[in-house]
Amino acid sequence: MSHQLPEHPDRLWRTPDPKRSYDVVIVGAGGHGLATAYYLARNHGITNVAVLERGWLAGGNMARNTTIIRSNYLCEESAALYEHALKLWEVLPQELEYDFLFSQRGVLNLAHTLQDVREGTRRVNANRLGGVDAEWLDADQVREFCPIVNTSPDVRYPVLGATLQPRAGIAKHDHVAWALARKADEYGVDLIQGCEVTGFLREGDRVVGVRTSRGPIGAGRVALAAAGHSSVLADLAGLRLPVQSHPLQALVSELLEPVHPTVVMSNHVHVYVSQAHKGELVMGAGVDPYNGYGQRGSFHQIEHQMAAALELFPVFARAHVLRTWGGIVDVTPDASPIIGPTPIENLFLNCGWGTGGFKATPASGWVYAHTIATGEPHPLNAPFGLERFTTGALIDEHGAAAVAH
Amino acid sequence: MLLIACPWCGERDELEFHYGGQAHVAYPADPEGLSDAEWGEYLFVRDNTKGPFAERWSHAAGCRRWFNVVRHTVTHQILAVPSDRPTAAGRPKPVTA
Repeated sequence: MSHQLPEHPDRLWRTPDPKRSYDVVIVGAGGHGLATAYYLARNHGITNVAVLERGWLAGGNMARNTTIIRSNYLCEESAALYEHALKLWEVLPQELEYDFLFSQRGVLNLAHTLQDVREGTRRVNANRLGGVDAEWLDADQVREFCPIVNTSPDVRYPVLGATLQPRAGIAKHDHVAWALARKADEYGVDLIQGCEVTGFLREGDRVVGVRTSRGPIGAGRVALAAAGHSSVLADLAGLRLPVQSHPLQALVSELLEPVHPTVVMSNHVHVYVSQAHKGELVMGAGVDPYNGYGQRGSFHQIEHQMAAALELFPVFARAHVLRTWGGIVDVTPDASPIIGPTPIENLFLNCGWGTGGFKATPASGWVYAHTIATGEPHPLNAPFGLERFTTGALIDEHGAAAVAH
Repeated sequence: MLLIACPWCGERDELEFHYGGQAHVAYPADPEGLSDAEWGEYLFVRDNTKGPFAERWSHAAGCRRWFNVVRHTVTHQILAVPSDRPTAAGRPKPVTA
């Protein structure tokens, strides 16, 4: 599993000044914004596009996540969306001509209680019926697949089994962003960093552009892709969103030799651990319970996830934490994203991915580009509209998405 | 880790508390008169302020009572807590942003 880090291409992207107007302005140059720009150009031939970024390209949640890619969601709507993403991940390195170290090393979701076993086996069956690869492993098979997991029955929460999605894995997130940015740029998309959106240009109830720290920019359509800051932006347009922003932390250890062959997640003791290509253990757990935009989280969350990691992997007892960091995630009441048109004409919304947006990056861009280009949702994101919070047709992934929120 | 001043018990660390989200969200006065959109708004939509935010906390591992706090959601500085310790007969003064 050890890899040499790949060489970067000679050319990445231009740094243009903003034009006076574009067909589409995307707000947010994270993974989702960049993927949207890429698929607007590739799938729909729309290249007069600007992606505006307040900070620097892919410097928000795209650089702060634990890079896990999987599609083993319970609800049909979610599994279909994330499986579309996984199929795109499988072809993207070649298509983007940029190796981002997509490694299909599998994801184990451990079961520690009878309830976990029932949830896991149900999810395996649901996934298989939906065309998503999934297997159920007993404790011995877990040990065989990932020998460093402690499968002793004599711990507080013994491992009773696990779901396995063999096609799941990790990718190098920075390289993913750069690969998408480079190809979008190649199509003529303007990637404009250091450009904060401070308001919207309106004509009646239509949006016709954005105010920015670098002047007004006209737009045929404006597409928000700002993750944790979506409701701050939407407020500027007078739109209230069913979204709450929370700090979510991750951490890495010092570099270790390759010992961790897969991704291990445990909802019950709550930690997820994988080993990056370079050798760090990458760990994450739950969000801080309170609202926050400070990009730092509570220390006790780290203590909690370290305790969980040590119970699962006694072999890591002497590993040192190298660094921790926080991102701001936008959590919806049903733990599912919102992708679609808004009540304001020409203003589109992609937010609410909560703790799990990275894995969806290509599918999010694919369906959002379709929605922006045609004005109508793609069949895959039709169930994820804002109107579900009025109709009550929620896609309730709380606890069912194989990770607690 | 936040240090939160429970109006009854004094300063305690965050682990003793349960978060209750935005403060001052009233139950609809006329529930039967609400449209679906208004119900959706009441159930699912809350302010998500970047800045001073009035919110509820419960001292779950202490006195188990609820109170309001104004906290800055970027710095996490706690800007206001109920100013008067309540008597048995009264409730603490409401805190607003």
